Amino acid sequence: MSGLERWFRVFLVGGVIAYRGLFNWIRPEIYIPTMLGSPLFQIVFFAKLGQYAGAEDTSFYVVGNAVQVCAMASVYGMTMAIANERWFGTLGPLLATPANRAAVFLGRGIPVLANGLIVSAFGFAVGVAVLGFRPGWATVPPLAVVVVATACSCTAFGMLLGSIGLRAKDFWFAANLTYFLMLLLCGVNVPLDVLPGWMSAISRCLPLTHGILAAREVAAGASLDSVGGLVWTELGIGACYATAAYGLFRVLERESRRAAVLDSY
Amino acid sequence: MTTLRLIRTGFVINLKMVGTSSFFLLTSTVQPVIFATIAFYMFRSGGRPGTLLYAALGAGMMGIWSTTLFASGGMIQWQRWQGTLELGVAAPPPLTLVYLPWSLANTFLGAYALAATLVWGRVLFGVPLHLAHPWLFALALPSALLALGLFGLLLGSSFILYRHANALANLLEYPVWIASGLIFSLSVLPGWSRPISWALPPYWAARALRDAAIGGPVWGPLGMTFALGAASVVAATLSLGWFEHRARARATLSLT
Repeated sequence: MSGLERWFRVFLVGGVIAYRGLFNWIRPEIYIPTMLGSPLFQIVFFAKLGQYAGAEDTSFYVVGNAVQVCAMASVYGMTMAIANERWFGTLGPLLATPANRAAVFLGRGIPVLANGLIVSAFGFAVGVAVLGFRPGWATVPPLAVVVVATACSCTAFGMLLGSIGLRAKDFWFAANLTYFLMLLLCGVNVPLDVLPGWMSAISRCLPLTHGILAAREVAAGASLDSVGGLVWTELGIGACYATAAYGLFRVLERESRRAAVLDSY
Repeated sequence: MTTLRLIRTGFVINLKMVGTSSFFLLTSTVQPVIFATIAFYMFRSGGRPGTLLYAALGAGMMGIWSTTLFASGGMIQWQRWQGTLELGVAAPPPLTLVYLPWSLANTFLGAYALAATLVWGRVLFGVPLHLAHPWLFALALPSALLALGLFGLLLGSSFILYRHANALANLLEYPVWIASGLIFSLSVLPGWSRPISWALPPYWAARALRDAAIGGPVWGPLGMTFALGAASVVAATLSLGWFEHRARARATLSLT
């Protein structure tokens, strides 16, 4: 087996096995209420709150929340896929292997990304079925491209949180806090121009923000070309987070070995 | 006297446990403040600034519900994981009395949410804290907490039948926020959902609090809050008795 084949094997097969072993919510009796039920009611909740507040139209909340719910898969899924190695006591054996670290690390993002797309697609379906969201068939392919780009950047952000979880005592706190802050800061339910300047400045450095802006324009009939800048910005932000996450993973691995605190809490 | 001591001890111990849990501090203080901020901005941009106190109270009630749901819903399951369920079941007092103070402590922690959103709204958004009926508000708040605490006992006793109580809690957070009209009027919901709202203690508790704060008839909602709280404790007692009988008969008490 060549080096490249081995790399891809660790990347793909290793990623899927790790996901099956470490993603706590993979069983249907947990997955359905948590990954599908909760996003369903989140979308309905914000659409109704928006309707009552008289702020924006329903499609604003459907698109914003349907894209944002991919973060549920990305933030929680990626955090579990990395940080649970320590929790389950398998981090030591994993890091004792000679496997390429980039393949081990990045491969975990593939199932998470796929799950994010499923959750997001379900969110849009909820909008269509329950809230009368009618984007038109022509908007579906560009919308799918935007959602894929956004889910990629969210997955990269989840990798960063997961890496922090390699050392942090309570990674669930960080994951929960991040998920809720995304609802406020990323223009999911409140337009960026309504937020104070410092909040919108933060939001422009976060994943989701540009993706949601692009998705709203595309859902309103804009072409993919016209939102290209937003999509590339979203991907660029994702690349920055992925690089930072991998760098942090290697630093924490080295520091954990040096201080002999690999599995300790 | 023994009963009061049992309630006090259980309440204090559980309050110390959940009060130092970062997860419950998140659900009882940080999360409600984030949701309150979202609601403030939505109401403001939608031209409903007069409803900011409504939003603050609603977000606070959302926090109380979340804390009750996660803490009381998973209460017996956690006892099982920690290996203390057998001790609780084997104790001489009735099971309802053993877990009632735990559920009350969980809901009491949720009261942080209301304090947090009211203070947050006052400091950052200048939301006036002029209560229409201050004395009735002072009565409605502990009544709401008591009713939700009793309802939490029912949640804990029924969630035990579902192996993954946490997943059920994840599912039920938003639906009760929606059906109880905690932060928006039920007028935006379809008519068929109204009976569901009427059956939920958070709906009446939120109405009692809101009417006491903003103005409106408080006694009716307050009476319903008490009635549903009493119904919850009866249902929880039956449910816990059935659970205990089944667990003893099948020797499955400690099985996770």
